[in-house]
Amino acid sequence: MDFQTESKKYQGRDWLVVAVSGELDLSAADQFKDKLKAALAKSRTRYLMLDFSRVSFIDSSGLGVLMGRYRELALTGGRIIIRHANDQVYRLLTASGLDRLIEVELPIGGHFAKEEK
Amino acid sequence: MNEMLHHKLPVKSANVVKLEFFSRSENVSLARLVASAMAAERQISIAELDELKVAVSEAVSNAIIHGYQGKEDCLITMTLKLTTQRLSISVHDDGVGIADIEQAMKANFSSSGERMGLGFAFMRSFMDGVEVTSLPGAGTTVVLHKDFL
Repeated sequence: MDFQTESKKYQGRDWLVVAVSGELDLSAADQFKDKLKAALAKSRTRYLMLDFSRVSFIDSSGLGVLMGRYRELALTGGRIIIRHANDQVYRLLTASGLDRLIEVELPIGGHFAKEEK
Repeated sequence: MNEMLHHKLPVKSANVVKLEFFSRSENVSLARLVASAMAAERQISIAELDELKVAVSEAVSNAIIHGYQGKEDCLITMTLKLTTQRLSISVHDDGVGIADIEQAMKANFSSSGERMGLGFAFMRSFMDGVEVTSLPGAGTTVVLHKDFL
């Protein structure tokens, strides 16, 4: 699993942007969780943008990590946005109901791209 | 010898693959790969193949996390049977077993920690049939069925 971070100004706030790659299953879940927690602690922001353009697969182990971060960030009014999810990832985010808690950009012509200009 | 055996088999006989692997998380992707390779021998859409991969992932992850409580050196047996109309995938562990199968199969959004309790919900909604056999102390077998049209 590759994990890269950067900071970005978006909608007047500081966001932690994380680009992750690979398959977010049981074998990656712990590492993904630890790296996300560490990066969030270091960045001191409540706003997390996940770039999933290189995530090829997710199952309930990966979704659990996202749910955990949502629970933590929601306590202090934070937000999570997921961008560039492939069809498989997008379908699981909606099937699990996580798309009602986390903002998931639509796979085609996402609305966040427009706002950002 | 092998050729002779092959000739005696009926043309449409089922193909069976049996796999044994350690209860390590890196073997979850191996299980997905084998199942999807076998399913791809039949008429199946990419979306259905993705769903099958999720179901297999959940069944094997459950065996590791719940069945074997995270122990990495226990054996999981996956048996795949492919006929013209159906792929059946059995995932067996000799772990702790499940006392209340019905309860275990319910999605549990309120569960504490990182896991969402969605494994069985995904297996049920993505497959054409799911059978669970388990007894406390006697391991668990989950059989996933995918029907081909």
